[in-house]
Order: sequence, then C-alpha cells, then structure tokens
Amino acid sequence: MSHAVMQSLLAAIVVVPLLGAVAALLPAPPGLKGKSPDQAVLRHGVTVSGVILALSIALAAGFDHDHPARMQATTDVGWIPALGIRLHLGVDGVSLPLLVLTALLTFLCALYSYAHMPAGPSPKAFVALLLVLESGTLATFAVLDLVLFFLAFEMVLIPMYFLIARWGGGQKERAAWKFILYTLLGSVVMLLGLLLIGVKGGTFDMVALATDNGSKLSHTTQLLAVLAIGVGLAVKAPMWPLHSWLPDAHTAAPTAGSVLLAGVLLKMGTYGFVRIVLPVAPDGARAFAPYLAAFAVVGIVYGSLACLALARTGAGGDLKRLIAYSSVGHMGFVLLGIATLTPTGVNGALFANIAHGLITGLLFFLVGAVKDRYGTSDLDQLAGQGGAALYGRAPRLGGLLAFGAVASLGLPGLAGFWGEMLALFGAFRPADGLSRPAFLTFMAIAAVGTLLTAAYMLVVVRRVCMGERRPEPAAGSGGAPPLLAVPDVHTYEFAAWTPLVALTVLAGLWPAALLGLTDPAVQQLLRGGA
Amino acid sequence: MSSLVQSVDWLAIAPPTITAVVALAVLVADLFLPDGKKGALGWLAIGGLVLAGLSLLPLLDGDRSTFCLTSGAEACSYTADHFALVIQFLVLGGALLTALLSINSITDLKLPAGEFWFLLLSSAAGAALLPAARDLATLVIALEVASLPAFALVGLRRGDRLSSEAALKFFLSSVTATAVMLLGVSFVYAATGSLHLTQIAEGLTHVDPRLHVLAQAGVALTLVGFAFKTAAVPFHFWVPDTYVGAPLPVAAYLSVVGKAVGFSGLILVTVVAFPSYGRVWGPALAVLAALTMTAGNVAALRQRPDRTHSAVRLLAWSSVAQAGYLLVPIASAAYTADSSGGAAHAVGSTVAYALMYAAVNLGAFAVAALVARTSPANRVADYRGLSARRPLAALALAFFLLCLAGLPPGIIGLFAKVTVFSAAVDAGLGWLAVVMAVNVVIALYYYLQWTAVLFRAPEGAPAAEGAPGPVPTAAHPEGVPGAVPTSAHPEGVPAPVSAVAQEPEPAKAKIPATLTAAIGLAAVLGIALSGAPQLVLRFASGVLL
Repeated sequence: MSHAVMQSLLAAIVVVPLLGAVAALLPAPPGLKGKSPDQAVLRHGVTVSGVILALSIALAAGFDHDHPARMQATTDVGWIPALGIRLHLGVDGVSLPLLVLTALLTFLCALYSYAHMPAGPSPKAFVALLLVLESGTLATFAVLDLVLFFLAFEMVLIPMYFLIARWGGGQKERAAWKFILYTLLGSVVMLLGLLLIGVKGGTFDMVALATDNGSKLSHTTQLLAVLAIGVGLAVKAPMWPLHSWLPDAHTAAPTAGSVLLAGVLLKMGTYGFVRIVLPVAPDGARAFAPYLAAFAVVGIVYGSLACLALARTGAGGDLKRLIAYSSVGHMGFVLLGIATLTPTGVNGALFANIAHGLITGLLFFLVGAVKDRYGTSDLDQLAGQGGAALYGRAPRLGGLLAFGAVASLGLPGLAGFWGEMLALFGAFRPADGLSRPAFLTFMAIAAVGTLLTAAYMLVVVRRVCMGERRPEPAAGSGGAPPLLAVPDVHTYEFAAWTPLVALTVLAGLWPAALLGLTDPAVQQLLRGGA
Repeated sequence: MSSLVQSVDWLAIAPPTITAVVALAVLVADLFLPDGKKGALGWLAIGGLVLAGLSLLPLLDGDRSTFCLTSGAEACSYTADHFALVIQFLVLGGALLTALLSINSITDLKLPAGEFWFLLLSSAAGAALLPAARDLATLVIALEVASLPAFALVGLRRGDRLSSEAALKFFLSSVTATAVMLLGVSFVYAATGSLHLTQIAEGLTHVDPRLHVLAQAGVALTLVGFAFKTAAVPFHFWVPDTYVGAPLPVAAYLSVVGKAVGFSGLILVTVVAFPSYGRVWGPALAVLAALTMTAGNVAALRQRPDRTHSAVRLLAWSSVAQAGYLLVPIASAAYTADSSGGAAHAVGSTVAYALMYAAVNLGAFAVAALVARTSPANRVADYRGLSARRPLAALALAFFLLCLAGLPPGIIGLFAKVTVFSAAVDAGLGWLAVVMAVNVVIALYYYLQWTAVLFRAPEGAPAAEGAPGPVPTAAHPEGVPGAVPTSAHPEGVPAPVSAVAQEPEPAKAKIPATLTAAIGLAAVLGIALSGAPQLVLRFASGVLL
C-alpha cells in the first residue's frame, strides 16, 4: 500500500473513534434509529469500533513486514512551534500488535455490551466514553512525541473513571476515585520526567531521541528522568507496591471496563518503558533495571500469594479481585523482561503483554458472565462447600473458564507460556553491566511464582468448575433456589469470546508471527536509533 | 516654547479613552433614563467595550507611542507596543465577559445600574491604561483608576453586611499598599531623578553610592503595591472575603482584570524599570511566588464542600494560587535578563498564562453565577448532579476546572503551565519548578474533586458517602432565591423530598441569554486555545516588549 494510504489509515484509527464518540451523543440520523434510541447508540458503538478494527487490520496488512523496525505510516506535522511539539504518528513492530489488540478488545467489548448493557445510566454516554477510551489508547500506541504521549496517556483516565463510577458495582465511586488519583499523581510525575528529557535533549520527538540514544543527556538527567517517568509508568503497569488501585478498580468496574483496563490500559505502562525509557535514557534504565526487576519479582510472588489467599475456602475472595491480583503477577513478568534490557527479555515482555491482554480479557469476560448468572462473584458464595459445578451446570462456560485459567498459568502451547518463558530466559542472561547473580536470583523466585500461579488457578478451577451437581441449594450459595438452571454460553458471548480463544491458541502455537514483528524493532530500540 | 507641548496620538490612546468616555456617557444617560429602561445602559456599556476592543485593531503593528518628552532623552509616557496591546485585549475582553455576566445579576441583586456600569467601565479604563503606561506617575494613576471603582463595586450590594465588610477590607488593605508604593516611587525618583521607566532603568545603573540603600528600598516598596493587586502572599488575606462579599460578576472581574493590572504593572516596573536590580527583586519574587501558590492551594484544599459560599471561596483561593504561577516567569526574568530576549521570553510566558487563565476563570465564574441563581449559598455540594440538571453547563465547568488544573482535555491549561515551568527551569530556578510541580499536584486534588462532584448522581440516589452535605441543598426550591438565609444551614435538615422531585423542571425553563453567551464565549475560547495553543503560546517565544 502506498504511504499516503497508510498515513491516512493510522490517522483515521486515532481520530475516527473521537468523531464516533461525538456522534454517539447526537441523536441518531433518520435511517439508523433502530428499535429504540438505546439500541441505536449501542449499535453505533459496535459499528464504529468495528470500523476501527477493520482499519487496524488493514494497517497490519499494509505494514511492511520485512522492515518492522522502521517507523511506518508516519505523519509529522507541526502543532505548537513555541514548545516544539509536533503531531508525529507512526507504527513499528512494537506498537502494531498493541494497536490491533486494542481495536479488537474494544470491538469485542462493544459487541458484548450491545447484547448485554451493564446496569447504569444511559448507554449514550457509555458508548461515547468507550470510544474516547479507545481513541486515547490507540493514540498512546501511535504517537511519537513525548508530550502527545502524555496527552494520550491522560486521555484514557476520564472515560475509565466514568465507566467505573457510573456503570460499576459495589464501592464504585471510591474505586474510581482511587484509580484516577493514583494514575494522575503518577502521570504528573511522569510529565516532569518527559519535560526534563525534552528540555535537555532539545526535542520531544521520540524517534530523534531514540536515535540520540541518550547521548545528549547527562547521567544525572537520565537518572532523574527514568525515575520520574518510571514512577508514572509503574503506577499504570502496575508495579508492586504501586498497584493497590488495581484490585479495587477491577472489582468495581463493569465487565467491559475490566476487560479494557486489564487488556490494554495496563499495556500503556509497559509500552512506555519499551518505547521511551529504554532507548531514550539507556544509562538511567541500566541504573534502575535491577530495582525494577526486584520490584517486578516481588510483584509476581505477591500477586500469586494474594490470589492464593483469596482462593482459599472461607476467605470471601472475589473472583474479579483475584484476577486483578493475577494481573499484578503477570505484569511482573512483563516488567522483569523489560528490566533484563536484553532483546530476549524485552521480546518476551512484549509477547507477554499481548498474551495477558488476550487471556485476562477473556477471563474478565468469563467472570463477568459468571457474576451475571449467579449475581455474585464471591468465590465462597459461588462455590459453597463443594464447588460451583460449572462443568455440570454450564459445561461450555465451565470449559472456557478452565481454558482461560490454564492459559493464564502458562501452559505450553498457549499464549501465556512464551512471554513468561522468554522473560525468564532474559533474566538468565541479562544485559552487560547488570549483575548476573542478582538476576539469576530473580529468575529463580519468578519461577516459583509460576508454580504459585498454577496453584491458585487450579484451585479456582476446582472450586468454580468442579463439584457435585447437588439438587439442594448449598448454604449461602446466593442464587435463586433452582441452582441447576444456569444458562450456558449465549451466542453473543460466543461471538465476543471466540476470537480471544482462537488468538490465544494461535499465539501459543505460532509465536514467531508476533516475535518476528517485535524482534527487529526491539533490537533497534535497544541499540539506539529508529 | 512650543516644544513643551507634547503631541497626542489619539488613535494610540483610543482603547482606554473610549472606555472612559463611554463610562461618562453611561453616567450621564443614567440621569435621563426612566427606571424601566435602565437595561439599555448595560448594552451601551457592552457596546463601548466592544468598540474599545475594536480600536486595538489599527494598532496591531505595535509601534506607536505618545506623550513623549519633547526635549532631552527620548522617553514616552504611553506606548502601545505588543505587550500593551495583548494586556489591553485581555482587560477589555475580561470586562466584556464580566459585563455579560452582570446584566442579569444587576436585576437579580437590585444593584443600581447606572453606578454599576460607570464603575465597571472606569475601572476597565484604568486597567487598559496601565499596561501602556511608561512612567511611574501614569502607572500609579492607572492603578488607582482601576482600583478605586473596584472598591465601590465590591460594596455595591446595599444593605448587605458582608458586602460592605468586604469592601472595607479591600479598601483598607489596598490603600495601605498604595501608600507604601507611593513611598517607594518617591524613593526611586529621589535616587534617579526621573519617573520615566526607561530613564529609571538607566539611572539605576549609576546611582550615587550614598543613595544606594534608598534606591533599593524604593525598588522593594514599589513592588509591594503591585504584589497586593496580584493578591500575592502576604497581601492575599482580603481575597476570599472580598470575593464572597462582592457580587459574583465583580469577583470574577477582580480575579481576572484586577490580577492582570497587578502583574502587568509588576512586569513593567521590574523588567523595564528595574532590570539592574534583578538581584533584589528576583529572589524576592521567586519566594513570593512559591509562598503564594502554596498558601492558595493549601487553603483551597481545606475548603469544606458543604460550607456556605465554598464554591466562590475555592475559586478565590485557587486564584491566589494561580497568581503564584503568574509570578514565576516574572521572577525568572530577573535571572535571564542578561541573555538577549530572555526576559521577554519569561514575560511572554506570564502573558500566555494570563490569557488562558482569564478565559477559563471567567468561564468558571460564569457557571458559578448560573448555579448561584438556583442555590444562592453556592456551596461546592450544590454542584452535585449538575450534569443531570444542566449537562452542558456541567461539561463547561468541568472543562474550565480541568484547564485550571492543567489536565487534558484542558490542553491549554497544561501547556500554559508547561511554559511557565520551562521559564523557571531556563532561569535555573529548579527549586521553584519543583515547588510549582508539587503545587500543581495539590491543586489537582481539589479541582478534580469538584469536577467529580458535578458528575455524581444527584441527591436522592443512594449515596454511599452518607455525607450530610447534599441534603440541605434540596431546601432551596427553584424560584426562591435568597429565601434561605445563607448563614443558617442547620446540617441534616430533613429535605422536602417532593420539592426535590419537581425541582429540575422549572429550572430548565430560563437561563438568561447573556449568561449563556458568557459561558459559551469562554468555552469556545478555551476549546479553540486547546486545539491551537500556539495562539497564545507564541507570546512565550519572546515577541513582546
């Protein structure tokens, strides 16, 4: 495809969701009124996000796969000459998979919500916010200017805040407030770091800064910048101990919100590490890598232990909270991979990013479905004394949940395996200048983390999927007395989940498809230059 | 001897002159208009402000000056350079928005129309004169012309104890500051022998060593007067009470135009007149800026949302904090004065920030005025659920608050802060930059909290917080403004629920067109600037002065 077509494709991917969001607030045009205004606007959401998905697939198809390290579909227009800020867009092998993932997950969420709108105020605002969220996320992965990156990074906060606060459940306003405070404080600190780099490096352009590879930044500047930017990104990722907003936000968020939060929003943090921290301030990254790795490993173990605690009988653990904590663990692997500063590790991190988006997105869909059916996601109420017996009552749902759990614990042959394995490989032989014994220790601890992950995931499967199909209601099992009448997977649920399952298997069996894209780009980012 | 007569370039002085002439015309017209037709005065005033604004157009080259000395050195008392034009635009635009806000308040609060418009226009005339003034006498006169009517405006709510108290507080502290400043001016005159800013600048470079202390004291004391106008710490105590006591549009006017007067005067004296004393006023202003923003933000943070007038108080304290940000580049100018264009760059950051602040803050006050029509107590808690009652007003206020906070989608707010920030960094004032960053974070909290309140479910929905705040809100049914004594809000008064249910319907009925216009204008400005920040940020690249 010609450059101009690619250019307009990428620009459209960022802009069309915004236009769609505005259009969602306007009354539907005559031919598209649908059965009711609500239905019309939800359909509008599906249409727009579907168009974006189609555009992003077209972009991926037109992408020159022989040169994934080169920035493609670039647009570079001046915006604020006074500050030297430019509208610079482009994709390479690192950002392309994330773009497609975002478009896919948003489309699936819109589809799911079309059939199953979360309880709350008017769907109009819901669809508009969803599309703004999509635009912000896509922009984060597409922009190549530090200040624009910050703007896009911030743009997702407000829609996510409202999605949680208006359409969520439980302690929704408190959770939404905590979410926005944490991420905002983090990103203000990040802005300081970005400005520092911009002022000292003489430009906000990521490509130019990556080409300089930190040569214009003094060691102190790099340390300060990496610290500041790292804190902002680490809150988003989230890295232990800055993760405490995540479980609350996930527990309160509606299904679509949880899926997008885990599936793509967290990736913005790790993407920032790869795109900005590693190439722009390599000295700073090297100085902080061991600490990042240490925190990441603590996060892995902490997340797994928290999940184990939640999964125990009688702990009153919430399934959504459990999966949120498991995200902390999985993102720990991603951060560990990045901290190794090796191509292997970073590739693993990027792979684990995508895998986590697919698998955890699927898990949140499934848990949302379970919650809808049982009216609760409290593990004890669900499972009662023996188990929720999902295999018996809703075999397909049970099977899918077991699939998601198994994929999440990193079964070879599924997507979850490769990323974590590569991250561990990276830690086995970290970049020059990093302490190998330290990283070997980290690797060993992280490996224990994978065992713990397997343990709690299997506990969850046992308690939710297995159990006897007893006719009498178990004590405190929450639902209506005819417990056996649990509807199995609906058509719309199949439609929303099948792509995720298929891609999980595909990525597990054919990792080269993804690694072939990311590897050249990662090599180049680590070497310096773009 | 004819050389003593200075030539007058009437076109150059048109903006303040037109404003002053229209002010007099309004005063005279007030005598002849019957009571029923006083509304025409407001439109006359608005017309005058628009005309004055249009008279800036022929001056855009920025190369005119008048009232120049006819003998000796070249020095002019009035210069319409780019700096003066931008500030005049800000002042006249701010006054115009204030006028749009006021038209309804005058009838609602039963203010005397003729007096109000005369005072507003006089003050605006003074404020428009000040940025163009280039000698200390003109500066002082302009400052007083801008301030004296403001005292009366604050106290214009007859029979209102709060209003008179506010006016008195404002008057006394302001007069003290003026006296101190006059003392400083006389010291400077004694040390340099001139009142013209450029000549003072020259004279200060070779002051008689015996007069050195005098000159330094003069410089410091002169700054005090302007620091008062910008409401910098420690001259900020009058702000919250004055804003609460004054009619809301007047508070808006003071927060924008009053501040513009203060900081443009400050820029003129520091950068133009006292550049060689940068080591005296630079650190002083830097410390002042840090204290001001911290004091303002901490006080704003401590406002309880269910206190009466907490919304206006919050805006008042936030305006104190914003004054702190405005001072940062001026302080930086002291450190960058040696490099070519460094000071102009720094001053431009202040101007860019002020333009952003003017549009956004007036917008916030406009929405506050809108809400005040239905809930006179104007507590932050009254804004709960505004998004359900008036979605557009809520969106506008949210946008304004986010601009003030400097968060996307308030992009212009963010970039204005970035320019101020970079001015501090360029000047090597790293510590000030850090203080500012901390303050921006503090401010985020209360701006966001208020924004979040706008979108909370209206009272009546199951509120998890269980705060008593929202309950008394319901006790102000529509159409009975002022029926509830603002000072007596026993918390937890059982609300007449039936009244709540019917309340929103009549509320929809009438929003005055002028108020809508004011909010719309401010919102359009803010959005346009967010899309193309270069419009104001180009001033930061040092094309002024």
